[in-house]
Amino acid sequence: MIKKYYYGDYGEIEGGVSSNKSETEFPLWEVFIRSKQGLDHKHVGSLHAADVAMAMENARDVYTRRMEGVSIWVVESKHIHASNPDEAESLYEPATDKIYRHPTFYNLPDEVGHM
Amino acid sequence: MEINFEALFLSKIDKEIKIEPKDWMPEKYRQTNIRQISQHAHSEIVGMLPEGAWITRAPSLKRKAILLAKVQDEAGHGLYLYSAAETLNISRDEMTEQLLTGKAKYSSIFNYPSLTWADMGAIGWLVDGAAILNQVMLCRTSYGPYARAMVRICKEESFHQRQGFEILLVLSQGTEEQKAMCQDAINRWWWPSLMMFGPTDSESTNSDQSMKWKIKRKTNDELRQQFVDMAVQQIKVLNMTLPDADLKWNEERKHHDFGAINWDEFWQVVKGNGPCNKERLDARNKAWNDGAWVREAAVAYAEKKKKREQIKVA
Repeated sequence: MIKKYYYGDYGEIEGGVSSNKSETEFPLWEVFIRSKQGLDHKHVGSLHAADVAMAMENARDVYTRRMEGVSIWVVESKHIHASNPDEAESLYEPATDKIYRHPTFYNLPDEVGHM
Repeated sequence: MEINFEALFLSKIDKEIKIEPKDWMPEKYRQTNIRQISQHAHSEIVGMLPEGAWITRAPSLKRKAILLAKVQDEAGHGLYLYSAAETLNISRDEMTEQLLTGKAKYSSIFNYPSLTWADMGAIGWLVDGAAILNQVMLCRTSYGPYARAMVRICKEESFHQRQGFEILLVLSQGTEEQKAMCQDAINRWWWPSLMMFGPTDSESTNSDQSMKWKIKRKTNDELRQQFVDMAVQQIKVLNMTLPDADLKWNEERKHHDFGAINWDEFWQVVKGNGPCNKERLDARNKAWNDGAWVREAAVAYAEKKKKREQIKVA
């Protein structure tokens, strides 16, 4: 029989996970960094911290030692909800048969030029 | 319809699609990754000790600043890796406990002492050099979070090897005493560095399955050979020698042959009988125990602040 496992990469721990931590283990935070002005914040990893101030300082020390960022977001991992990869097929199904959403679906004469 | 999870998993491996934390995976794959990633993390953390010992004794302010930055990097690398392991359903505390009780292993190389300043050079060149070969391979490992951690680590690691080689280069051009110190450090760190790649392929218990699952991409012996071939070229720049009388170019294999590794010593150190095993574990235990009040205070402070905010809202 095949057993199914879910692991929390980003928060929302389902199906029983990590019970074996002590009461003093700091909560887990996910770190997002804007590498330069004008770009999106991007997930870079996670860390443990007791509160938001510590999370912010740790994120600076762990993820931006070489000027990798100009802005940091930290969010406690438990606040992130993730989609289930096993449901990916049905979740994204509505998009698969709508190729007319792509510009290449339309055949236009060359005279139109770049459009 | 019944989904065959194992077949799906194997087809992903086959197609070079990374495995992510919420994907189904065989229990053994999960366990192997936990073991390997946490050992790797422990190695970064324990690896700070032999170098940390020289921060106060570095010969100049410049060298001190560089060494501090390097040791801080190792701490960061340990944290990236612990985070990656945690996605496999093991808590940070559990891994810490495994390290502190001696249940989990870390790279045996760190159970050797760092006796002179030249050791900082030899560690950077040889120990980090050996680690980099392994880590470059692991950037393509099949488990997503591990591969991403390795990419970040590799970006930072080449400074480590270069600063080490530079330390040796300066010593190799110095006084007779400095040259002797340089050669002595190379002599002591050469063989333990070769052992870092692990047992020879025929003796390695975890290798086969790890190659099939693409956790590893090269065997221990392949990486070791790559390392020897590289070091033979680089030692010439230092005008030093590698302590191996059997080291010579093999035209047929297009690789260097090298002498027999003392596997008895390797297993002795793995089993806890190396020169510094006890010292390293004691240092980690002391740091953990001495820091307990800080962790407790941080939690208490965070709770107090949370309560105050709740009262304000109410």
